[in-house]
Amino acid sequence: MMTPRSFAIARAEMLILRRNRWLFMATLIMVLFALALTFAGSAPTGSLGVDMLTVSVASMTTLSVYLAPLLALMMSFDAVAGDRDRGSLSLILSYPAGRGELLFGKFLAHLAALGFAMTIGFGTAGAVAAYYGGAGAESLVSLLRLIGTSVLLGAVFLVLGYALSALSGSATGAAGLSAGLWLVFVVLYDLGLLGAVVMDAGGVFTQKIFPWAMVANPADAFRVWNIAASDSVAITSGMAGAASALPGWAAPLSLVIWPVAGFLLARAAFRRVEP
Amino acid sequence: MTDKVLTIRGASKLRGKTQTLCDVDLDVAAGERVALLGHNGAGKSTLMKLILGLTPMSGGEIRIDGAKPGSAAARKATAFLPEAVSFHPALTGRELLTMFARLSGEKRADIAGLLDRVGLGDAIDRRVGAYSKGMRQRLGLAQVLLGRPKVALLDEPTSGLDPISRQDLYAIIDELAANGTAVLIASHALTEVEARTDRIAILRKGVKVADDTLANLSAAAGLPTKLRVVAKSGCADQIAAETGGARVNGVSVEITCGPDQKMDELRRIAAMGDTVADIEMTPPRLEDLYRHYAKEGRV
Repeated sequence: MMTPRSFAIARAEMLILRRNRWLFMATLIMVLFALALTFAGSAPTGSLGVDMLTVSVASMTTLSVYLAPLLALMMSFDAVAGDRDRGSLSLILSYPAGRGELLFGKFLAHLAALGFAMTIGFGTAGAVAAYYGGAGAESLVSLLRLIGTSVLLGAVFLVLGYALSALSGSATGAAGLSAGLWLVFVVLYDLGLLGAVVMDAGGVFTQKIFPWAMVANPADAFRVWNIAASDSVAITSGMAGAASALPGWAAPLSLVIWPVAGFLLARAAFRRVEP
Repeated sequence: MTDKVLTIRGASKLRGKTQTLCDVDLDVAAGERVALLGHNGAGKSTLMKLILGLTPMSGGEIRIDGAKPGSAAARKATAFLPEAVSFHPALTGRELLTMFARLSGEKRADIAGLLDRVGLGDAIDRRVGAYSKGMRQRLGLAQVLLGRPKVALLDEPTSGLDPISRQDLYAIIDELAANGTAVLIASHALTEVEARTDRIAILRKGVKVADDTLANLSAAAGLPTKLRVVAKSGCADQIAAETGGARVNGVSVEITCGPDQKMDELRRIAAMGDTVADIEMTPPRLEDLYRHYAKEGRV
């Protein structure tokens, strides 16, 4: 996969992200939201007995669940459909690069852009929080974990976006499907689970199935991983209950399997595309 | 012959229930320029997609320098210029061509030289979004020239180009063929293909109805040559009567004759002496030929 050909695609995609100001806008959005949350969420510091960076990481975790998938889908939805609409796909496909290589090249560039925006955004907010409210070793690790898992979560939605882009007939269709995908994974899935738990009233579903169903969704796995790994983050978010019912490897495994499975799905869908 | 770089045998393509290509045979030798003519929807672009392996064949066999369509070897040997080629508007000509060179594995490609060759030397670092249609077409041609392809497939290469650019483009195509590339050009622009290709294949509704040199095709079609004789004043009626031609505008007589009677007819007119002021001869043009092969129900 990591061939000179996929690097050639990655280089061109990176230039495109820089030229159309996408990289700048994504980084700006991340910095602004992260800073706003850090300052707005600084109030409970004293009462909980944790440093400001810990509170900031907890708030930013909630932010990233929404923002990382959104930014990823915004980049990936026209990866295949956009080229096809423009008419440049048939030319690219006539070159001796495999479809997996092409897709992986785009993935490399998009992931790098996402990583840049996340690192700068969360990093700035973390630095500010540490400067004003102090930061311990543990809260620093939490921040690094937040950045790493946000990039992984973004990777999941990048590859799912490619799959939708290859499956839909046009870039507009892909955009609509992506919005639907975001809504399902980030909002509706949790609402459904919540409804099921309420109906079940503490029965077998709530105790045995619910935690696994939750962690099967990459967005929830992201939340669980960040919260379960840090006691002090868990205190500030109140989500410790469900997370404690699962073995420690469940959430990380989910977040690692999703990008790989999603990439294979996207490649299979792309292989069926006739330009 | 062994130098057929591109061989197509019985290529067929079904789209749903419609047969877009039916049992097409075509060979192109190294250094040969073949024009592929046909109406919209005759199957020209489909045939190119089959050769590129972009769409699966329903039947038949295609070999590009011995390799199957879509295989790595076949794609390496093939260069393609799609109809109305387009590129990402945010990249410059240099960046795009560099990417294409890397994709084709050409590490030492002379990007600036190639862009200069197609007349884009001044626009090399401008974004493609600011290019005119003709400039995009030239950039498309530049990527065809990368890495000396064995087969070049050009789909409507001159569409949207001004006459000077067309001439430049054909000069480059000639050079490509002179270097041993087998060139297949799908085109509507009949008059320019006429002088610029070695052989002509005509597709009609997915069926190949003609495949030969222009001279042989016109001989086989037996299309008439037009002779227009300009008479000295007052002699037009006399000439019309003697030759059996038709009078057009006061002083001219138009005679149509088959390819084999042309010389006899000319001798007869020459024998008429001073009553003839001038003579103009119009051989059947490609348009007439094309109409003959593409419209009549001959297979």
